[in-house]
Amino acid sequence: MTSTTDAGVLAEGLGKRFEELWALRDFDLVVPQGSVLGLLGHNGAGKTTTVRILTTLARPTEGRAVVAGHDVVADPAAVRTRIGLAGQQATVDGLLTARANLQMVGRLYHLPRSVARARADELLERLGLTEAADRLVRTFSGGMRRRLDLAASLVAAPPVLFLDEPTTGLDPRARVELWELLEELVRDGVTLMLTTQYLEEAAQGSPAELKARLGGERLEVTVGSADELTSAALALGRFASDEPAIDADAGLVVAPVRAGVALAEVVRALDAANVDTTDLHRREATLDDVFLTLTEPTETTTEIAA
Amino acid sequence: MTAIAANLRFGLSDSLVLARRNLSHVRQIPEKLLDVTIQPLMFVLLFAYVFGGAIAVPGGNYHEYLMGGIFIQTLTFGVMGPAMSMANDLSEGVLDRVRSLPVARSAFLVGHVLAEFAAALLGLTVMTVAGLIVGWRIHTDVPHAIAGFGLLLLVAFAMLWVGMLLGSVVRSADAAQGLVFVVIFPLTFIANAFVPSGTLPSVLQHFSNWNPVSALAAGIRTLFGNPTATPDGAAWPLQHPVASSLMWCAVLLAVTVPLAITAYRRRTEG
Repeated sequence: MTSTTDAGVLAEGLGKRFEELWALRDFDLVVPQGSVLGLLGHNGAGKTTTVRILTTLARPTEGRAVVAGHDVVADPAAVRTRIGLAGQQATVDGLLTARANLQMVGRLYHLPRSVARARADELLERLGLTEAADRLVRTFSGGMRRRLDLAASLVAAPPVLFLDEPTTGLDPRARVELWELLEELVRDGVTLMLTTQYLEEAAQGSPAELKARLGGERLEVTVGSADELTSAALALGRFASDEPAIDADAGLVVAPVRAGVALAEVVRALDAANVDTTDLHRREATLDDVFLTLTEPTETTTEIAA
Repeated sequence: MTAIAANLRFGLSDSLVLARRNLSHVRQIPEKLLDVTIQPLMFVLLFAYVFGGAIAVPGGNYHEYLMGGIFIQTLTFGVMGPAMSMANDLSEGVLDRVRSLPVARSAFLVGHVLAEFAAALLGLTVMTVAGLIVGWRIHTDVPHAIAGFGLLLLVAFAMLWVGMLLGSVVRSADAAQGLVFVVIFPLTFIANAFVPSGTLPSVLQHFSNWNPVSALAAGIRTLFGNPTATPDGAAWPLQHPVASSLMWCAVLLAVTVPLAITAYRRRTEG
């Protein structure tokens, strides 16, 4: 927690083998303090294994890893005091209330009772769970569970945070809110490592960098009737830098475009395709758009921009 | 020195925090306690008033005889609680959360043991009161009575560890439940728990005589001064029920505690 202590993550030749089967092999990684690392890969690529090793839940069979200045094998107890983990499986207790879950985690971090209580209230507030604080967690929606899970990982204000597929099961609005919170944490110096699926390409950088690199602009077209969605998407295809996404419920087509597209041309193209355009506008890419670009396969058709 | 003391203190407080978690589950799902509350009550009433009239106990009153059996049967079924809760916790993410915290690894096991032991104490209280209501009495002096309750606690503790072991090796809570029924049912019924074994066919009589449930029930009856209905020339465990009860508990604990800890370690070291 002091600036003299390395709060980053380092892995060298990390591997995990179950007899003949490698769950992870020759994995090297450096995450400097206060930065974000997104670990992207398909199912079975070893993302979860990596997180489990770095959070001391699993022992590596090869190599070494240092998290927040402590070796995960030699000194797992020291690592545990300095990390937060939000796992892929929701790791909160469904038979306790949200508040009780957070208080329990605080007590297990050996916070005094009153501090644990105050910290729980603070995090419930921060993650928008105050109203649901005294409900049993098993009545929570997937997104609420995720947020509570994240809150639990933040109880001790750890300098290194591991999130295993934090956005799975979240709707776009919740994703954006999550990203805003994460940005805030990173600004405060937290080292963040997260995993996500779908893309065989690893991206590194802060959310702001990601936005700059993969951002650009979006065209949003609202159409009069649902059967015009496909022709609208086709008409927009000419201007789009990537496949336009269709949101049938909202009657909306969203297309990523290069900067400087002439709206008049877009209107003419839509008109030529006999699309009854009720609304059209251009906007900056949001962080959510970036995340979708990074993690979603192109056939995605039901994403809404929040 | 202070570091060790701090570790111990944290270990204990961690265990208590986790035990409290298990006990809060009961507040949410009170049905969890049915097996230590309503179930023994039902067995007391069923055997005392439905079957009891048809069962003759040589040299004594059936209600007095019955309670030793009910105590042991209920404590034996007490395997279920820890087996289910361990199996559940091992198959869910909660354990990952706890293990990523600076918490002694043993605290999770100890927390379970404390919470389940509290449940067993509740069950013992319910049974004692139910027994007194249907006419069961303690006829021995105070030291023997204390020894009787001590043996009940020991049996509860041993069964709890059998459950902990079972819960740590099965794949799911459902599997644990199935196994408990298949193993515990014959064990508690082919015994002298409810019926003096003299009436059983000879093969079953042998089983019953060497069945630990029989020895334990006879041990409790002896310490409380209730009729044991042990025939002359019965097997050694029934001739020396208190000694054999203690031996059975020692054997169960000696086997299940290390195995349960090993199984738990294996399950949590990925």
